[in-house]
Amino acid sequence: MFYREAGDFKTSYVADSQTFPLKLDKVGFWVTMMVAWGVIPFVITDYWASALLVPFLIYAIAAIGLNILTGYCGQVSLGTGGFMAVGAYACYKLMTSFPDVNILIHILLSGGITAAVGTAFGLPSLRIKGFYLAVATLAAQFFLVWLFNKVSWFYNYSASGQINAPERLVAGFAVTGPASPAWAQYLVCLFFVTLCALIARNLTRGSVGRSWMAIRDMDIAAEIIGVNPLRAKLSAFAVSSFFVGIAGALFFAVYLGAVEVGEAFGIQKSFLVLFMIIIGGLGSIFGSFAGAAFLVLLPVALKIVGVDWLGWPTDLVAHFQLVIVGALIMFFLIKEPHGLAHIWGLAKEKLRRWPFPY
Amino acid sequence: MSADFLYGIEVLINGLMAGVLYALVALGFVLIYKASGIFNYAQGVMALFGALTLTGIMSGQVPFAHLINATFGTHIHNFGWNVPALGAIALTLVVMVCFAWMVQKFVFRHLVGQEPIILFMATIGLAYFLEGMGDLMWGSDIKKLDVGLPQGGSRWVEDITAGLGGDDFYGFFIDKLDMVATLVAAILVISLVMFSQYTKQGRAMRAVADDHQAALSVGISLNYIWILVWSLAGLVALVAGIMWGAKSGVQFSLSLIALKALPVLMLGGFTSIPGAIVGGLIIGVGEKLFEYLIGAPFLGGATENWFAYVLALIFLVFRPQGLFGEKIIERV
Amino acid sequence: MMLENQTLAPSDGYVTADGRQIGGVMMDLRNITLRFGGVEAIKDISFDIREGEIRAIIGPNGAGKSSMLNVISGFYVPQEGEVWFNGAKRPPTKPYQVARQGIARTFQNIALFEGMSVLDNVMTGRLRQMSSGLFSQALWWGKAQTEEVENRAAVERIIDFLEIQSIRKTPVGRLPYGLKKRVELARALAAEPHLLLLDEPMAGMNVEEKEDMSRFILDVNDEFGTTIALIEHDMGVVMDLSDRVVVMDYGRKIGDGTPEEVRNNEAVIDAYLGVSHD
Repeated sequence: MFYREAGDFKTSYVADSQTFPLKLDKVGFWVTMMVAWGVIPFVITDYWASALLVPFLIYAIAAIGLNILTGYCGQVSLGTGGFMAVGAYACYKLMTSFPDVNILIHILLSGGITAAVGTAFGLPSLRIKGFYLAVATLAAQFFLVWLFNKVSWFYNYSASGQINAPERLVAGFAVTGPASPAWAQYLVCLFFVTLCALIARNLTRGSVGRSWMAIRDMDIAAEIIGVNPLRAKLSAFAVSSFFVGIAGALFFAVYLGAVEVGEAFGIQKSFLVLFMIIIGGLGSIFGSFAGAAFLVLLPVALKIVGVDWLGWPTDLVAHFQLVIVGALIMFFLIKEPHGLAHIWGLAKEKLRRWPFPY
Repeated sequence: MSADFLYGIEVLINGLMAGVLYALVALGFVLIYKASGIFNYAQGVMALFGALTLTGIMSGQVPFAHLINATFGTHIHNFGWNVPALGAIALTLVVMVCFAWMVQKFVFRHLVGQEPIILFMATIGLAYFLEGMGDLMWGSDIKKLDVGLPQGGSRWVEDITAGLGGDDFYGFFIDKLDMVATLVAAILVISLVMFSQYTKQGRAMRAVADDHQAALSVGISLNYIWILVWSLAGLVALVAGIMWGAKSGVQFSLSLIALKALPVLMLGGFTSIPGAIVGGLIIGVGEKLFEYLIGAPFLGGATENWFAYVLALIFLVFRPQGLFGEKIIERV
Repeated sequence: MMLENQTLAPSDGYVTADGRQIGGVMMDLRNITLRFGGVEAIKDISFDIREGEIRAIIGPNGAGKSSMLNVISGFYVPQEGEVWFNGAKRPPTKPYQVARQGIARTFQNIALFEGMSVLDNVMTGRLRQMSSGLFSQALWWGKAQTEEVENRAAVERIIDFLEIQSIRKTPVGRLPYGLKKRVELARALAAEPHLLLLDEPMAGMNVEEKEDMSRFILDVNDEFGTTIALIEHDMGVVMDLSDRVVVMDYGRKIGDGTPEEVRNNEAVIDAYLGVSHD
């Protein structure tokens, strides 16, 4: 009843193209922000942070990144895990080489380094299209993981081959290292999620975003009407890798604390993030959040149902998880190729017209 | 001849034999891709699933035993019989055909006409599903697969070739299993090519590959052809699964042979059968030689993980249509 | 009133039957030959397009008309021949650079961006007027925002002009064929092109839609002074709309002149018009 656009007229093009054209959406957005920034940090527990919220926020960043490349620009990448590894190792090298610089700057720089690497691996996209490119991005995945495994400079010649995040402070509070409190980890991740989502939103509503989508929908026509394919594709790779690099840096420095590259950033990770955007919705920032939330929640929920309620052994639950995730991917591609974001959009559409749909 | 050179030859021979197996897996991809435009990422998991099912049937395992026990608190594991290898292979083939039918009915029939990349992502989903299903049915522990293939190095080849080099050379070490695998793969590759060239079904398959509409209009059942190619891909997967499984046990890593086949396809082109064969050989030889000459001595080894991809990538940048593909003329 | 084509100097203009002043040569194609492998799609064709005129290219299917447009828009690079634009020889130029020089086009098989709204589609036509960088846009600060609003205003004028206000926010994929064609025209017009290329703008339309489209084409030419080159099969439309016509057959030029001249050209009648000789 209250969710209406009637009477909500726009008198300028600025007002017409804002992010949340409906009043209620705007209110909803600010309430969410207030809860996220003002309430959760005070009530968060270690379990909630490590099992749900921190991974959710980090995966959301990675999913936004991949969504820019795949959902908006139409270039499928299976190298997300490898690029996250670049972010993680860049962050590690920066943290250990320049211990006095603020960790937040290190994380941003890691994103920048990953953007450069991502752009380099994006170069073949100018010649290779479709799943030839998807397979080509696997080259990045395997090569990068191998590189971080074999070249000991990257892990400072440690005997285990692992990298460990030293303790770093922001405003006097530890945000990395084993002693960092849950709320600090959460806030750092939240800061970067907010930043990334804002940047993504801005980029996708302007001419850069339209160039990406034009390339996605029909690359040849896009070039003929004036989209520079080199710029469009490489900028998508760069921006996407920037986000994915930040996600990788956070994943290592804030969330895990210690990383072995093959385990943390293997090809499974690439698929996981890809699944998030398929389930959440290709070409939707909201969808990136929804997909990340869904695939972070699913294993936790399955574990509660399978292990705690039914008393099944954990490996059985893990197998079920594979079956369910695989089935869901196929289900979404068949029934709802635009993912949860589209379902949400449809629900809102219905609500707008309710109770008089015609 | 110097010993180093001869060891180089040995690497080359081993590379060629690995290449034949890659070609076999790649052929599974090409078959499905040509007929339906689906790039089947699940090919590798199909090989794993086939091998798992085969060992399960041979040792008389109860499917889903783990799940049943966990749910009902029972302790069943085994029917208490063993099925001979050939019978088990036949039964597994039946399972693979059923699988082909189900995949067609429940998944890809609903995705006809979708963009190739959507189909590709669906097969990634299928791979996850099938992997989980295989684990649920047969358990995820490493299993030994013994269908009676010869194992170990061939003394015979070693003895014959020992005389070629000086004192430092002990003859070629060639695994008997690899030799059998190469032979089987070669036979399978040839028979598949013959099948698609000279039989009625093969002609129908090629017609469907060329143009769905036109094939429909001359009375070819698309559904039948698609089930057929998925079954054939299942057969290819099973053979690859048996070879690989006999060598290093049936376990998750077996599904990674699919990842080996992808660069083969990029090199050879997704639609070309000779491309799959030649690409397989190039990559098999290339990665072994690169590891032997450059990877192991200078780069710290394990370059096989990425060499094939980087090679294919570099190659594609200069020739986007692959080895045997025709030049792409873009239109608007 | 109309001079023989050969006798008109490149810099001279002429006046059309309905009294419009046509300027000098804008686009000059000289001895263009285009081959695909062994097939010659275009064989040694020369013609020019003058400032402000409506130029039609006609011919049977497979005559090489669309290839000709693709050469003009830089998508195909001819093996031989020269393209002169605005008095200068054009070096090999990428299609997007050609677009940025002010040559816009529509496509035979509609090439809209199906996943985007009508508004976004038309806005992509403005790319050549938009120059804010990645960082400005990422922060949505300064130029990015003002530029977006300015261009939106320009696009709204085009939307008004083509009477597609009501479908602004509709995803293009949901539109019927006729409207899609109109949106495609809007996207091309949004670029404020000097030269507008239309590839069969009326294919598959009914009489009423054709009339609408013809009116839009004439209005564009009249109000914005845009030079137009179009490919069309409907002879009635071509004869009514165009100032001069090029006729192609099997990759060759077999006629060039006013509609009147072309209609009476023996070779054209044989190859294409198919009027009986009597």
